[in-house]
Amino acid sequence: MPLLTAHDVGIERGDRRLLTGVSLSINSGELWQLVGANGVGKTSLLRALSGLARLGVSGEVQRHGSLLYLGHASALKLSLTASENLRYHPACDVEACAEQIAAALAEVSLSGLEDRPVGTLSAGQKRRVALARLMLSPASLWLLDEPFTALDAAGCEWLERRMREHIAANGAAVFTSHQPSRFGALQRDLDLKHHVA
Amino acid sequence: MSHDVPSVSLIAAFAGQFARHAKALINSPADVANPLLFFFMVVTLFPLGLGPDPERLSSMAPGILWVVALLASLMVSGKLFASDFEDGSLEQLMLSPYPLAILALAEVAAHWFATGALLALIAPVFGVMLGLPSEGLLVLTLSLLLGSVCLTLIGALGSALTVSIRRGGLLLSLLIIPLNVPVLIFGTTAVYEAVVGGNWVSWLALLGGLALGSLALLPIAIGAALRVSVDT
Repeated sequence: MPLLTAHDVGIERGDRRLLTGVSLSINSGELWQLVGANGVGKTSLLRALSGLARLGVSGEVQRHGSLLYLGHASALKLSLTASENLRYHPACDVEACAEQIAAALAEVSLSGLEDRPVGTLSAGQKRRVALARLMLSPASLWLLDEPFTALDAAGCEWLERRMREHIAANGAAVFTSHQPSRFGALQRDLDLKHHVA
Repeated sequence: MSHDVPSVSLIAAFAGQFARHAKALINSPADVANPLLFFFMVVTLFPLGLGPDPERLSSMAPGILWVVALLASLMVSGKLFASDFEDGSLEQLMLSPYPLAILALAEVAAHWFATGALLALIAPVFGVMLGLPSEGLLVLTLSLLLGSVCLTLIGALGSALTVSIRRGGLLLSLLIIPLNVPVLIFGTTAVYEAVVGGNWVSWLALLGGLALGSLALLPIAIGAALRVSVDT
């Protein structure tokens, strides 16, 4: 059974039609990149697929299983520390003990910064805290909106490796990025210019 | 159709969200001190404006204290969800497998402890400042404890409805203040009755009924309003 199927999805923002006739079926082990120019509707489509946006969305989206969505805003409270932000994450989908959280933060090269308020970290480090959820969440389908922004070369490399691991472990991911085909033959592209209304 | 199997119990999720916001409030004491400072400053202005006649002040004290508490609550709870909307926490809250009403209630509860409950406990000090007779002090605290539950929940509903509107301040006041009127009437009457030795218990009971009713129903409305606000 596919993890997510979208049938003839159209998106309207305000009085403007953005996209029309988007159909896709995402199976486990698949990696999809949404490709398109700025403003074409990549984020809107991702929000429609996640179920966050329903207003102005036509067509049908069906999800099976849990999903993890990472948007532009990283859902971090600046006055909380990195580990508190992960432990009390608003998506409430992880039951992680302190060691697991410390290990996840070490994985994104933030060891030693676990107990610093997130407000004192740099933009790239904040992004890493948000991405540490990829180590903790049990979700099989990842929807990642521009996950590579603000990351340095080492961070991008880590994220790429982590996404490959997830796909290899029968997960699935949809992401948006302006950098073309990072994953070579592993990824499928959905070019939104064919769906512009 | 989704087959989300939550890995955390609902109670743990509630506790987690409560802890998230309680810790965030503890780490930013200015946000907690703000309404208390407002309360203090406005209450000290009244004797200056009305003149130092203790008779007149003490007869007006219940009304003054309650109106200022209402305004302090309006000031804080109207912005309850603003930071969550901006930093993307609300989006993540929508995607959690638990009822939104329960998770939103956890956040409102953390705010109530930091503002409403704290204000109710400190209010007798301000009551003494205005010459409120000592018979009224306990009832003032009790009525504010119960009343602030309603005020915070109503404020949270207003915040949930207007959080995505850029300049929602005026709309927010228009929405919230009429809903706060019954709470104000029951609260001040309870304190007046206590001062004149009347039957204040029944007014407190009415206020308690309002508090329980809002506790049962408003979280559902808050959850629905948040869903609409995120979907814009």
